[in-house]
Amino acid sequence: MIQLIINGKPERLQQALTVHALLESRQLAGKRLAVERNGEIVPKGRHAETLLADGDRLEIVVAVGGG
Amino acid sequence: MNDSLVIAGKSYRSRLLVGTGKYKDFNETREAIDASGAEIVTVAIRRTNIGQNAGEPNLLDVLPPERFTILPNTAGCYTADDAVRTLRLARELLDGHALVKLEVLGDPVSLFPNMPETLKAAETLVKDGFQVMVYCADDPIQAKMLEEIGCVAVMPLASLIGSGMGILNPWNLRLIIDQARVPVLVDAGVGTASDAAIAMELGCDGVLMNTAIAHARQPVLMASAMKKAVEAGREAFLAGRMPRKHYSADPSSPTSGLIGT
Repeated sequence: MIQLIINGKPERLQQALTVHALLESRQLAGKRLAVERNGEIVPKGRHAETLLADGDRLEIVVAVGGG
Repeated sequence: MNDSLVIAGKSYRSRLLVGTGKYKDFNETREAIDASGAEIVTVAIRRTNIGQNAGEPNLLDVLPPERFTILPNTAGCYTADDAVRTLRLARELLDGHALVKLEVLGDPVSLFPNMPETLKAAETLVKDGFQVMVYCADDPIQAKMLEEIGCVAVMPLASLIGSGMGILNPWNLRLIIDQARVPVLVDAGVGTASDAAIAMELGCDGVLMNTAIAHARQPVLMASAMKKAVEAGREAFLAGRMPRKHYSADPSSPTSGLIGT
């Protein structure tokens, strides 16, 4: 069991997942989004190899309307 | 007439830049943007709703980056650090796209920029390879500092964001325009078409607006009005206005050949 903070909310995972697997489990894979882990960008090309660890803080963002 | 707006070495036909916020739906957003003729459109970067509305349409599907130059902003950021993080996420989101709009706010009531934090963020972003268009106070000294840091455009407010109060200090804008070697765009404050025309007649290189279009009674019609106002203002600026004569009139019709004399 690992604990993460995703977009400011605590979440538990049964096992350590890659960023890609996490996105897949939330129906977010393949969407136009960007991921930051502990303040550092996780480039798209590395989602599949980046394994999440206990205590990680993730930000998953999209573009929305704005001025 | 070939009169392109050049920002960071890239030419744009339209001098009107528009935001994508505050519209009723994506359909209205797209229709208004098409009517405005804008090629550069701003977007905000926000946390995605996890586990909700998985099938929800994405703004970038409505405004494909292949067709529009997407200008991610840092709206809502109050520190240089948050603004830099937001734009690094934006660059990742947009596959390495470097052109961004920096704004670091100082106060939630006025949305006035925090200039010390703006200068700090600009410095970091320029060093990191970003092409920074920067929302700033209408202060010629700080506008110059931003240019010297390497910002590719300075974008002073004409009045408060979303206020629609128009061009409140044309003299400061003129000071900024006259000294600038990068494009100067009015960002914020335009309320209606005449405001956009006035900004362009002052010599601004472009105008960025959102609320004036999105909160018009008919946004698509206002978008079309803004397109024409920016074009008209630009042409008037290039044409050069006639001198003002404060104390004497000058008839347009011949003074000779009048009957009965």
